[in-house]
Amino acid sequence: MFSPTPLELEALYLSLKVAFWSVLITLPVGLLFAWILARKKFYGHALLNSIVHLPLVLPPVVIGFFLLSLLKRHGPVGEFLHDAFGLTVAFTWQGAAIASAVMAFPLMVRAIRLSIENVDTGLEAAARTLGASPFRVFYSITLPLISPGILAGVILAFARSLGEFGATITFVSNIPGETRTLPLAIFSLLQTPSGDAGALRLVVLSIVLALAALLVSEYLAVRAKHRIEG
Amino acid sequence: MLEISFNHNFAEFRVELEFKAEAGSITSLFGRSGTGKTSVINMIAGLTKPEIGYVKVGSDVLFDSTKGINVPPEQRQLGYIFQDSRLFPHLNVRNNLLYGAKSSAINGQEITFDRVVDVLDIGALLERKPTNLSGGEKQRVAIGRALLSQPRLLMMDEPLASIDVQLRSEILPFIEELRDTFGLTVIYVSHAIEEVIRLADKMVLLTNGSKAAEGDVEEIMSRLDLHPLTGRFDAGAVLSTKVASYDPEYDLAELAFEGGNLRVTGVDLPMGTPLRAHIRARDVSLMLERPVGTSVLNVFEGRIIEVGDEGGPQLDLKIDIGSALLARVTRKSFNDLDLSVGKTVFAMVKAVAFDRRSLGGQIVTKRPDSI
Repeated sequence: MFSPTPLELEALYLSLKVAFWSVLITLPVGLLFAWILARKKFYGHALLNSIVHLPLVLPPVVIGFFLLSLLKRHGPVGEFLHDAFGLTVAFTWQGAAIASAVMAFPLMVRAIRLSIENVDTGLEAAARTLGASPFRVFYSITLPLISPGILAGVILAFARSLGEFGATITFVSNIPGETRTLPLAIFSLLQTPSGDAGALRLVVLSIVLALAALLVSEYLAVRAKHRIEG
Repeated sequence: MLEISFNHNFAEFRVELEFKAEAGSITSLFGRSGTGKTSVINMIAGLTKPEIGYVKVGSDVLFDSTKGINVPPEQRQLGYIFQDSRLFPHLNVRNNLLYGAKSSAINGQEITFDRVVDVLDIGALLERKPTNLSGGEKQRVAIGRALLSQPRLLMMDEPLASIDVQLRSEILPFIEELRDTFGLTVIYVSHAIEEVIRLADKMVLLTNGSKAAEGDVEEIMSRLDLHPLTGRFDAGAVLSTKVASYDPEYDLAELAFEGGNLRVTGVDLPMGTPLRAHIRARDVSLMLERPVGTSVLNVFEGRIIEVGDEGGPQLDLKIDIGSALLARVTRKSFNDLDLSVGKTVFAMVKAVAFDRRSLGGQIVTKRPDSI
């Protein structure tokens, strides 16, 4: 029977924590950018769209390098975060969450943007004529209608975060108990002479986790569809 | 009540329009598809911003380009019934109805939830989602939803266009009911002349974004020069009549109008009920002498006062029989009978040429029993 060791549990817990925070960061920002890209026409739309998608096409190591340059203890943003909030993100699990969030961001934006583009703006216009302010229209009409897209974005971002490797190891290194998530733990085990068996156990764990996430998302998607269409 | 003036360039056409609508009446914006009707009510609703113009409801200025006034749509208190219903798919009928519901009285009387549900006969649908409604049911819910927002006036954009022909008669009485029950001012956009004749008090005829004519339906429909716009097939005079007598043996009613009585079947209504009769020009034939031994029940004597000749094989004639009557004849008959302005003719109209579509107006004729 599969009974995880404390080290394996630690990596699993850390992975879930990092992925959870990564989604939490990505969701509001992703929603905002998805809405801007779907609804607003402005000079530089294509450029913004490209920048949002950069993490998808750049080598993760490059993203990790950028994050390290910006957010290290004495980097331009890192200095500010430390002085203003006493927050150090380089080489901590918070940093791992940020790295994951950046990598997952384009996936979140894409999923939500698609669903926003599918919302009939006529429904929003109808809501306005019924006396609803733009803000009320957004949370009472737009938001419920794009909830399947938001769900898809959340699942994609969560899954992407669980698998994040390159940017994480570059930015926050591979510190046991702090930044060594499942993929990093597998990598470490494969670097040790007799770690193959241990790596295989973590591989199985990863597969189970991924499958569970997909099943939950499928279930939620069906429920959301039912709620919208009745 | 409503007063607008717009000047706006769209990609395909230009809207240049001014009109007024009276309180408590149904004003129809009539025109072919693509003449800018929807654009006009979008501008009234505040969904599109006109380049130049104004919108006034009563003494309330909702838009004025010269003064920089542009009240956002949610503060205009105008009800808008869209062609495609636009019910919110994630809400059931009850919550759709309540979405914009206010409890303030507008026309001195509050439009309550129970009353709307009762008048529109949607009580059985309240817990359903919009996907499970028929086109007619959706449109009734959309009407109810707009009514409950206590609008100062109601704009309807071809509310019957997306509904099966058979189901249209399900909605028409409800729209008549709105004006009569709630005293609402209605702007009714349509490209179907029979809806306009049945519902509207006044019509504004649109072509290419501007007004070709404006006035009472009877007056507009009797103008020969407007037939290309009002539609040649259904062209014909519209008479204001009152029910004058009814013969139950033959189910035959006499409708009195200025100039005589029109006999039609299937109208069992109280004496004095105002009705509007649409006599299609193609249903009217002419004779030079008073016909004898004819099955035709309606024969009117009158003088030809106008000849509409567009050069085709058919001509439309306007005949003064006390009211204006239109008749369509072939060029051959026109020449053979030597017809011309000033000539006296006898116009024959078959009583069976009338159906429910050609009779309508101030009061609903036969209402469903559920109301």
